[in-house]
Amino acid sequence: MAKLLVRLGMAVFGLLVIIPASQAMSIQKVVGPPGVEAWLVEDYTVPMIAMDFVFAGGAAQDPADKPGVANMLSSLLDEGAGAMKSAAFQKALDDRSISMSFDAGRDGFYGDLKTLSENRDEAFGLLAAALQAPRFDTEPVERIRAQIAASIKNDASDPQAAATLAVCAKAFPNHPYGRPLDGTSDSLAAISRDDLEAYRSHVFARDNLKVAIVGAISPKDATAMLARVFGPLPDRAQLTPVADIVPQAGIIAIDQPNPQTLIRFGGPGIKRNDPDFMAAYVVNHILGGGTMSSRLYTEVREKRGLAYTISTSLVTLAHADAFAGGTATRADRAPETIALIKDQIARFAAEGPTEAELAKAKSYMIGSYALRFDSSSKIARQILGIMVDNLGIDYVEKRNSLIEAISIDDARRAARRLFSEGTTMVATVGPAKTKTATAETSVPPQL
Amino acid sequence: MDQRSLIPDRTRFLAAPHLFIALLVVVCLAGFARTPAFADEPVRIAPDATTFTLDNGMQVVVVPDHRAPIVTHMVWYKIGAADDPPGKSGIAHFLEHLMFKGTKAHPAGEFSSKVSEGGGQENAFTTADATAYFQTIGKERLGTVMAFEADRMEGLDLSEKTVLSERDVILEERRMRIDNDPGALLGEAMNAALYQNHHYGIPTIGWMQEMQGLTAADALAQYRHYYTPNNAILVVAGDVTPEEVHRLADVTFGRVPRRSEPGERNRPKEPPPLAARSVDLVDSRVSQPSWQRDYLVPSYSSGKPGEAEALDVLADILGRGTTSRLYRALVIDQGLATSAGSYYSGEALDYGRFGVYASPRGDVPLAKLQTAVDAVIADIRDHGVTAEELASAKQRTRAQAIYAQDSQAMLARIIGMALATGQPLDAVQGWPARIGDVTVEDISAAAKTFLDVRRSVTGTLTPAPAEGRS
Repeated sequence: MAKLLVRLGMAVFGLLVIIPASQAMSIQKVVGPPGVEAWLVEDYTVPMIAMDFVFAGGAAQDPADKPGVANMLSSLLDEGAGAMKSAAFQKALDDRSISMSFDAGRDGFYGDLKTLSENRDEAFGLLAAALQAPRFDTEPVERIRAQIAASIKNDASDPQAAATLAVCAKAFPNHPYGRPLDGTSDSLAAISRDDLEAYRSHVFARDNLKVAIVGAISPKDATAMLARVFGPLPDRAQLTPVADIVPQAGIIAIDQPNPQTLIRFGGPGIKRNDPDFMAAYVVNHILGGGTMSSRLYTEVREKRGLAYTISTSLVTLAHADAFAGGTATRADRAPETIALIKDQIARFAAEGPTEAELAKAKSYMIGSYALRFDSSSKIARQILGIMVDNLGIDYVEKRNSLIEAISIDDARRAARRLFSEGTTMVATVGPAKTKTATAETSVPPQL
Repeated sequence: MDQRSLIPDRTRFLAAPHLFIALLVVVCLAGFARTPAFADEPVRIAPDATTFTLDNGMQVVVVPDHRAPIVTHMVWYKIGAADDPPGKSGIAHFLEHLMFKGTKAHPAGEFSSKVSEGGGQENAFTTADATAYFQTIGKERLGTVMAFEADRMEGLDLSEKTVLSERDVILEERRMRIDNDPGALLGEAMNAALYQNHHYGIPTIGWMQEMQGLTAADALAQYRHYYTPNNAILVVAGDVTPEEVHRLADVTFGRVPRRSEPGERNRPKEPPPLAARSVDLVDSRVSQPSWQRDYLVPSYSSGKPGEAEALDVLADILGRGTTSRLYRALVIDQGLATSAGSYYSGEALDYGRFGVYASPRGDVPLAKLQTAVDAVIADIRDHGVTAEELASAKQRTRAQAIYAQDSQAMLARIIGMALATGQPLDAVQGWPARIGDVTVEDISAAAKTFLDVRRSVTGTLTPAPAEGRS
């Protein structure tokens, strides 16, 4: 890790110093059981090991009539496995400060493990048991079901959660992406032990698995670990095909008696493997990326004091792509804010960024890349992301030169491609009396 | 995800002009150790850190971390929301926002542009006790950010228009963080009841009606009194040496004259807590009820030796994670709750807070939940903890201290917060060892003294039928 950090840090140093690809790269492939792709960053600075992995599939593999299976499973794997019941399993993790967690994303079932290297054998043993032989005893199953039920209930009145659920349902009708990750109260109640086991046996396999390991472990030991943890899983996953979908247009207004109206907006995006993706990434940064100098931040917050925060991002899923943004403003100023956002996006689509904006954005993105790699856990996450997106093991070295190569024409083209349809989706969550989804702000579907 | 906790954000932190940053509730349960020890040897947090003071009274701490050519640069001022004058609640936080509005030498946006062009990240936040500004950036730019930061320590230049527009921003921030969230409103009400006299009872962001009247003059009055080098702490963590930092500090911060003497931080204290209080918030926007209790306890700065450490370990055994007593009893054994736990928040100048929370499972009434929580608390108060529980809590502390070696920014934050709330650097470094010294007797004494309902506020959050709405 130290070496990797130093190398990345070069970018911060010289700004436009591109790291030559010939230099030794400290990410290496390690041999796992057949089908398993695993990368390692070997580093002994801190006596710990962080590992992130993903099984392709995710919540999109939930049965169509039972959304929430993958999510429920993600909470149950550490609640008893093999001969250990829930309490014993949790105590074993706790006594050795082993952190193990799972998360069901839209397209992938994620896991991460963090352990002191002195406890690694116990940690790998517990992870192997969790993946290979979870118990699903009645007490933890019902307890976790109750926790998720409470969370679903809570989400109904939470403006952020309510907006997310509604936007997904509208943008992806009759598609797995449109279903709630946590499930509904009804689907959750119907999930059985068999559903959990069926998901596990179909999705936890070796040919859809990617693993990123960072820390105090040799390639040889990593190979042994991979064989122990993942070797006994089936060689092939049995996945249900998922259709590609373009996010649908829509206007959503959810009535909640809050003083502030939450606004979400977005539209179709661009594929991760599209040649214009990096340019799109940069122009999104200029429009609404995470710094205080973006166009939307300047117009909405700095000039007019309409919101505390506003941002946009690119969403790249396995079967759909979108740009998505959000802000929140005093309920009576929501219509004005939406109009301003639409106007800014339209102008940006037509004109694209200025040369100065592009130069500044590139400089920021190149320099800040190193900051994504400043801890073992963050490195593991970054590397797994590179694996999932199939960007290649040399991507960390190449990435800044890809940003550097973006010309103003590339940027203008990407802005046009991304934003010329404007915001086809607008959702508001706020008091109905200031409802913002009027005909005037609606955009006809142009898909 | 093991525990779907509905615990509201109960930190007194308020971030920040730019992006929302989640901060750890128990900042102290993280640390930094360069030389990981044998299993029974106490880990020392940031063992290489050094401190010195500039001629104008500004304290400097340097934490070398040479893993990457990056530095985290933070300036802390010893002024927080608990220093807001009566009727001006929110002014410390408003001033934090206005510090991004430019100086006589550098117009608004110039500093931020310099940071972002270098790929750096910046932010700021306000707590009840302190206001901090920070940048994480390539180390060759350290001198530049120090020069800009020193400039805005004395050169802030505010126009009326800027101030009014930024006031709208903090009003939106309040709506987003507090008014849109019944759980946050309950937290505010509980805080106001817990502190009967101390200004910790005032929300960091301010009460809406007072925020609406804040002016540039209010902000500048605080600025002139508190933003002076002798009331500031510089923390630099990263790929630097103390000598380099000293040299850079001398020609930047070192040139800012002392312009006031804020003096001792002697704020109004609490009377003896005699009356248990309860606060019940009923709101049509609540769909999931919850229960919580806060006890008035000492902080790391105000407690007697060992008291805060004992409270830290007590909170861990009582309510951290799924093997804790509260989770086991309420969530697993009795099946009354979906979540239950406790925490100790001790990084404050005058008082700490010991929090306990639970959310009911299904339609379990909150009264029943409270009875069950009370039984767990009574048991630990009357019978203490076991040697095994204590040993395993200490083991977790040690592991967390090693894990936290990973984050330079978090380390700068831990040290800055401790120093801004009156602890010496040495106390931060020796924290794991002091946790190692905690005995079962210390924990019993802390539980008996502090888990006393008279010191507490109990809060409930329950749904109400919507009124006058179709």
